[in-house]
Amino acid sequence: MTYIAKPKFHHPGLKKNELGYTHRDYEGKISTLCAGCGHDSITASIIEACYELSIEPHRVAKISGIGCSSKTPDYFLGNSHGFNSVHGRMPSVLTGANLANRDLIYLGVSGDGDSASIGFGQFAHSIRRGVNMTYIVENNGVYGLTKGQFSATADRGSKSKKGVTNTDNAIDLVAIALQLGATFVARSFSGDKTQLVPLIAAAIRHKGASFIDVISPCIAFNNHAGSTKSFDYVREHNDAVNRLDVLVGRDPIAVDYAPGTVQVVEQHDGSKIALRKIDADYDPHDRLGAQTFLQKHAAKGQIVTGLLYVDPDAEDLHEHLNTVETPLNTLEADTLCPGSAVLDKINASLR
Amino acid sequence: MPDKKPISSVNDFVVRFANVNGSGSASANEMFARAILRHGVPVSPRNIFPSNIQGLPTWYEVRVTEHGHLGARGGVDMMVAMNPQTWDKDVAGIEPGGYLFYDSTKPMPSTKFRDDITVIGVPLTAITNSTYTDPRQRQLFKNIIYLGALSALLDMDPKLIEQLIGEQYKGKEKLLSSNVHALHLGRDWALQNLKCPLGLRVKKSDKVGDRIFIEGNSAAALGAVYGGATVCAWYPITPSSSVAEAFTAHCKKYRHDPETGKAKYAIVQGEDELASIGIVIGASWNGARAFTATSGPGISLMTEFIGLSYFAEIPAVIMNIQRAGPSTGMPTRTQQCDIIACAYASHGDTKHVLLFPEDPAEAFEFAAAAFDLAERLQTTIFLMLDLDIGMNHRLCRPLKWDDAKQYDRGKVMTAEMLEEGRDFGRYLDVDGDGIPYRTYPGTHPTKGSYFTRGTSRDRYARYSEEGTVYADNMQRLVRKFETAQDLVPRPLQANAERPTKYGVIYFGSTSPAMDEAIGLLEARGHQLDRLRIRAFPFHSSVASFLAEHDFVYVVEQNRDSQLRQLIVNENGIDPVRLVPIVHYDGSPITARFIAKAIGDHQDHLKVTPLRKAVS
Repeated sequence: MTYIAKPKFHHPGLKKNELGYTHRDYEGKISTLCAGCGHDSITASIIEACYELSIEPHRVAKISGIGCSSKTPDYFLGNSHGFNSVHGRMPSVLTGANLANRDLIYLGVSGDGDSASIGFGQFAHSIRRGVNMTYIVENNGVYGLTKGQFSATADRGSKSKKGVTNTDNAIDLVAIALQLGATFVARSFSGDKTQLVPLIAAAIRHKGASFIDVISPCIAFNNHAGSTKSFDYVREHNDAVNRLDVLVGRDPIAVDYAPGTVQVVEQHDGSKIALRKIDADYDPHDRLGAQTFLQKHAAKGQIVTGLLYVDPDAEDLHEHLNTVETPLNTLEADTLCPGSAVLDKINASLR
Repeated sequence: MPDKKPISSVNDFVVRFANVNGSGSASANEMFARAILRHGVPVSPRNIFPSNIQGLPTWYEVRVTEHGHLGARGGVDMMVAMNPQTWDKDVAGIEPGGYLFYDSTKPMPSTKFRDDITVIGVPLTAITNSTYTDPRQRQLFKNIIYLGALSALLDMDPKLIEQLIGEQYKGKEKLLSSNVHALHLGRDWALQNLKCPLGLRVKKSDKVGDRIFIEGNSAAALGAVYGGATVCAWYPITPSSSVAEAFTAHCKKYRHDPETGKAKYAIVQGEDELASIGIVIGASWNGARAFTATSGPGISLMTEFIGLSYFAEIPAVIMNIQRAGPSTGMPTRTQQCDIIACAYASHGDTKHVLLFPEDPAEAFEFAAAAFDLAERLQTTIFLMLDLDIGMNHRLCRPLKWDDAKQYDRGKVMTAEMLEEGRDFGRYLDVDGDGIPYRTYPGTHPTKGSYFTRGTSRDRYARYSEEGTVYADNMQRLVRKFETAQDLVPRPLQANAERPTKYGVIYFGSTSPAMDEAIGLLEARGHQLDRLRIRAFPFHSSVASFLAEHDFVYVVEQNRDSQLRQLIVNENGIDPVRLVPIVHYDGSPITARFIAKAIGDHQDHLKVTPLRKAVS
């Protein structure tokens, strides 16, 4: 949402991916967010992930609600269709779009105000339905556009920039996503691109509801002492369960995974996620274990990041509904309309 | 012998069944109506039911009408009083000279009857108890037994009822034979113990013709199938739920790929109305035909998204099956009370297209057309049904479909068009009709993508808060709405036999009662030209009709005469020239009511200056 057009020229020697696209082909307009905003780092990670996956930019539909985070789809994948819908309602719009055309890639970008307050219901129901999407919450625990009110993910006891203490309990969207049956659940930090880029790439490759909660400090209203969503706080309390790389099944890609330290997870579409485990006993296939792990660390004031849970055999909403492989938006009267002969029979049955 | 001569009428009377919700009477009562239809006699049945699952009173009224008057008539010629809770009210509602049918197993004090009606007692409980031991069987077969007794009293052909039972229980021989047995138990008892037939009788006729008998909601759902809807998102609410349920049933029958068994549709029961319309908007944005069905409270919840659909110009179809409001109002009673709420839904300056079908046949046609309109106009289209059409069986002409018809997908710019170098501006008015081109997501690698948003933007979909840019866009939306006037179904006009300076405007489910009222008014010496409005925006013929008449009655089923308000607002007409005739107690408007209200007013006008008469 910017007035400033990004220059189109670029260095001819820019590296290209296997489809011949450069990073620039995955960029969007110039961000109008505050300089240093964590959301811009997430934007950069999305661009990087899509570049690395060699996705055709125009085959992505990027959908958001309202708020700082929801502005960001304008800043990546400029050749994709975007949809800045209404506050908290991104999940339903994305669900409908996905039903209409199952062939596109759906990126849902939301914020903590968007998803944990007004849109909490839609977040929950899109997850439980198993909509094939990558749902990213850019979580800063604060309402930036309205200048600093607490959001529902702000921790109890944390302080606003004005010094007010939050007395409400926080909603942990990752815990909720696990509870609701998300088949890919991760948390990361906007400042940790090394971790975030492969997480986003893996989420995109995952078939089913992928959810990534990204702690993304608001440098204007929530990056001070007393905030539990500030850069410093997250860096100090981050406990990463794993680092991962994404291996797309169609081509061999050389990655550095030493025997015994990497766990390869094969996804439904044949792509593989290689997990570099930090906790030797952490099993990302154990939903219950993930919930317990999360709660234990939360009690210690630690923010667990990494891939917490994945179901490699996940199904999506289309499979639940048994819909045809052909995108519904391409079906025309010749296949949809039963015709006059059938109508005559229906008429006869109604006499 | 009653002190009033018993009503004597063949094929023209009203029977009302008073039952208890959950007693299983609906099936027997509907069979009664269908049996009369099989005699070739038109019927117009109506469910009157509470917002409750079990125990509260429910009524089913069957108007037997050889003349084909399909609106509610008012009054009851025969009451089948099966509910002690409502006995007094039911008995009081019988027309003088009418008939009371009741279960005479337990004696009733004489004070519970009226002297001016004929009382017919059948010991239904005694008959069922002596025949059946199972409590549920006793309850269900009691209904079939009274159907059998009525068949004798009204001189109906039992073979036609047996035929219906045969169709209903095809393949379930045990149920079939036991129902036929119960039918004859009641019929034989009546023939042996009562004077049959009564003054009210059913005689075979040929007035039904090729007409069909269908509920409006089911017809609308079928219209969605024929109209190419592939995505339906809904949230249960009375009286609209049966639209989505019927759509599901129709799709299961007609929309599965024969080779793979896979569904060429997607139906999602949303978590609420907000999600339902959000799914519809997302699907439509992505090029699928999508709809939701709801009622007034659902519309209230959807208004934010409806505003988005209007401003971001995304197709959507909403079937609003209206019920009595405001708030929860009377959820199972009918009204036409969401006209204003839908016409101007959402904040800011908005206007939406409304379609007003009068019966199931039009519900089918308009539902199918709604998807063409939504895509052509890239906006929300409301199909404005109500409970009276939606949840009642109506006799109507057969549904028709032209196999040559192709869907109007509106202005969609394809990859080929973009390759040709066509200028794509999402909100560019290329043709002067206010309708821009759109592209579907994923169309072209480098051309045609845009950002959809509810905030102001320029003709190329670039965010802009420039006042002139905003006003330009808003003016184009006005042009688009003007274009809609010629795309929506036009009003239908019928003139009185003699030239008259008086007219009447009506719409939707009011139509059959209004058509009948015209005859009653003519009998009182009043001549009226009539205009049945079928859509908003109003076609120019509405303004012409208003100009041609000194004043016009507007007949509708809400307190505030909402259609009249809309006509006044959109035509800038002096309100005094539009006389509201409103009925809003939740029951369907009747010909008697309309004829009395208009007739009395016409009489009044003869002696009172116009402005005073309507103030």
